[in-house]
Amino acid sequence: MSGDHHDDALISRRVRRLETLLEERGVLSGGALDEAIDAFLAQSSPANGARVVARAWVDPSFKSRLLADGTAAVQELGYMEGSYQRLRVVENTESVHNVIVCTLCSCYPLRLLGPSPSWYKSESYRSRVVREPRAVLAEFGLALPAGTEIAVWDSSAETRYMVLPRRPADTESFPEEELAARVTRNALIGTAAV
Amino acid sequence: MARINDVGGMQGFGAVDTTDDTEPFHADWEARVVGLFNALRAQGMFNTNEFRDAIESMPAKEYLAASYYERWFTAICALLERKGVIEPGELDEQGEPTEQGEPAGLEARERAEQGESAELEARDG
Repeated sequence: MSGDHHDDALISRRVRRLETLLEERGVLSGGALDEAIDAFLAQSSPANGARVVARAWVDPSFKSRLLADGTAAVQELGYMEGSYQRLRVVENTESVHNVIVCTLCSCYPLRLLGPSPSWYKSESYRSRVVREPRAVLAEFGLALPAGTEIAVWDSSAETRYMVLPRRPADTESFPEEELAARVTRNALIGTAAV
Repeated sequence: MARINDVGGMQGFGAVDTTDDTEPFHADWEARVVGLFNALRAQGMFNTNEFRDAIESMPAKEYLAASYYERWFTAICALLERKGVIEPGELDEQGEPTEQGEPAGLEARERAEQGESAELEARDG
């Protein structure tokens, strides 16, 4: 289980010892780790994915490009530059709801969604969402009509998925930034609607 | 035979704890482990496929008992050992704390001096 506190003190000492050894052996320079952490957090946020969605909602031609080639479209907005991964964006409609998972590990569009939530990496979610997605979505409080088809996308090392949620009906006059503010991380994974 | 990480469709893991994490990491060491992974990968110490393989090679019992970033740390240590950068057991030195995470005391140091400090070897990956 994640975050067992009695393990935290032990493992944090082991991590520190490894850092010290790597510095002593010239494998890592003093500030390299802090730089790596800062860079990771600076370029990885669910706000990025939310901005992509808002743009797709207000710009039909961007939306077409996004659905045709997710990687190229988000690169237009400055995201995922230099990434070797392929992004596929899957659109929720009246009849189809999409949800993403990585059954093998934790593959996830980090740069668009930020570090993933613990449940995304849990054995429960990974094992069950492919077998009984409707029940799992209900555990997130998302009750879909019986007629809605649920498409589950299993990520791989090469291909990452992001959900394009449906635009709420009451947002016709919203500017793009306000639309983006409505889009949650769970909506980008498919465990919530907007 | 499938490795333990291949859990798709498996039954028995129970309900999903849907609690939403507000912070990217639960503890500072988790961020340090991600930093280690990114920094070491960037300098070519290992690539992502090697890293995944190292996680997925963990024995099932250890894999299931470990938290997410404990798996990462186990994999990083395993790869560094394989490449000869660190020695097995090297992180245990200097009076290893007990499994309960208590500070290393006189008793632990004495045991270490007597060569009985290997209780954590199973965790080294």
